[in-house]
Amino acid sequence: MTAPDPEAHVALEKVRVAFGPRTVFEELDCRFPRGRISVLMGGSGSGKSTILRLIGGLLRPARGHVWVAGDDVTRLSDRELNRVRRRLGMLFQGSALFDSLSVAENVALPLRERRELSSREIEAEVQRRLSDVGLEDAGSLMPGQLSGGMQRRVGLARAIVSSPEILLCDEPFSGLDPLNVRRIEALLVDLNRRYGHTLIVTSHHVPSTRRMAQQVVFVREGRAVSGTPAELERGADPAIVEFFRAEESEAVALPSAGGSRA
Amino acid sequence: MRVRSIEAIGARTLGFVSELGRMAFFAGHVALTLVTRRPRPGRVVQEIYDVGVLSLLIVCGSGLAVGAVLGLQGYNTLVRFGAAESLGAVVGLSLVRELGPVLTGLLVTGRAGSAMAAEIGTMVATEQLDGLRMMAIDPVDLVVTPKAVAMVFAMPLLSCIFTVTAIFGGYLVGVVLLGVDGGNYLTSLESAVDFENDVAGSLLKALVFGVLVGLIATFRGYTSKPTAAGVSQATTSTVVVASVSILVFDYFITALWGM
Repeated sequence: MTAPDPEAHVALEKVRVAFGPRTVFEELDCRFPRGRISVLMGGSGSGKSTILRLIGGLLRPARGHVWVAGDDVTRLSDRELNRVRRRLGMLFQGSALFDSLSVAENVALPLRERRELSSREIEAEVQRRLSDVGLEDAGSLMPGQLSGGMQRRVGLARAIVSSPEILLCDEPFSGLDPLNVRRIEALLVDLNRRYGHTLIVTSHHVPSTRRMAQQVVFVREGRAVSGTPAELERGADPAIVEFFRAEESEAVALPSAGGSRA
Repeated sequence: MRVRSIEAIGARTLGFVSELGRMAFFAGHVALTLVTRRPRPGRVVQEIYDVGVLSLLIVCGSGLAVGAVLGLQGYNTLVRFGAAESLGAVVGLSLVRELGPVLTGLLVTGRAGSAMAAEIGTMVATEQLDGLRMMAIDPVDLVVTPKAVAMVFAMPLLSCIFTVTAIFGGYLVGVVLLGVDGGNYLTSLESAVDFENDVAGSLLKALVFGVLVGLIATFRGYTSKPTAAGVSQATTSTVVVASVSILVFDYFITALWGM
């Protein structure tokens, strides 16, 4: 069995996922091209994070294939899966930093466990990645001393420290103020341009998706529709068009709500 | 109605057996990482500090109180038969054979076992264990095994400290307060307590309790649901299951060891 599309760095093929009686995907197909920024969009509970967990091998589908850089991760043993995971980096929604380790120790953890670099090389690499995310002076701090946005950036530094080919980001903008959204967004775009990572980002944030996405994969009712942001916004599916326009309608509605109070 | 009751019993039995099976696999995984992965002495020492050193105060305080009560009760009973000079033997045998390892096991379960389950459960809920998996790091190797090993090391040591402190508590009450001869207290203790049967058996019990508490606490935390209620449930069930297991295994070890 070979990957369905050689152009795709990551591909899901006829994937079925169910949690008890609830079927999330019946026959999901989607592709994520190499070196591109793909944004996974969809309503809450549509299965965006589930797709990231499938790609990372954290979840095995009941049926179907998940191709990551040419390997079907649904058929791999734990040891083989770890070989594939060394080519992946993941930023979790809650950052998933270790409370008992400092920022620098958190970022250094994957390198220390691989034992391929000397301590000095690891320190230099950690410092370089912390600089990439604008936190070069935060190495000695503990995660509890950081704001949500800073934690997200440390999580990002840890996800990229081992130079993964594919970077998975689960809701990197959720709960952040507009300045931090712009900062994380700029970081992701910069990482993609400088290092050529394939980025797969789940997000509800329409403005940042418009700015950064080279491909949008919209997940709805167990199906995935792909295209550029402009294509989907002007597409034939009214639910997708409405999703893109919802934020603008909200922005228009706010002043009138304030006006009625006055 | 009767069929439903039988079905419910069957479902519970199946659930119990499958839980035992999962725990056996988990124990096998821990044992495998212990043998096949590189040792992590730094992490084990840190965990021994958390489990052992931080439990010293509660173990010593409880030991002193238990020894004092044993001294008082033992004296009141023995003095009726004119055998108050055997107080050291009564206190020593009770503590070394039973109370030392069992009460230490229960105390450590409540303090360190529950903390262990809560810590691992919180790591599950905050996706820290998934984070490790995504970095190609086995969470059992990095997080679980050092904690379980630390519990196995710490339990016999804490049990010894509890027993010695309790013997001292019995001495304080029996000799200093109630006037039993100090030489008699220690001589009767020394002549009654046998190393091979009593002390080695006591250490064996503490070792087995360490394995039990270490495995139950880490397993409950590792398999907890990723919610606040899940962590709370894992913590509670660690204390209940480990405490009952300690009491049940205590009986079997006593019976088989011939104490």
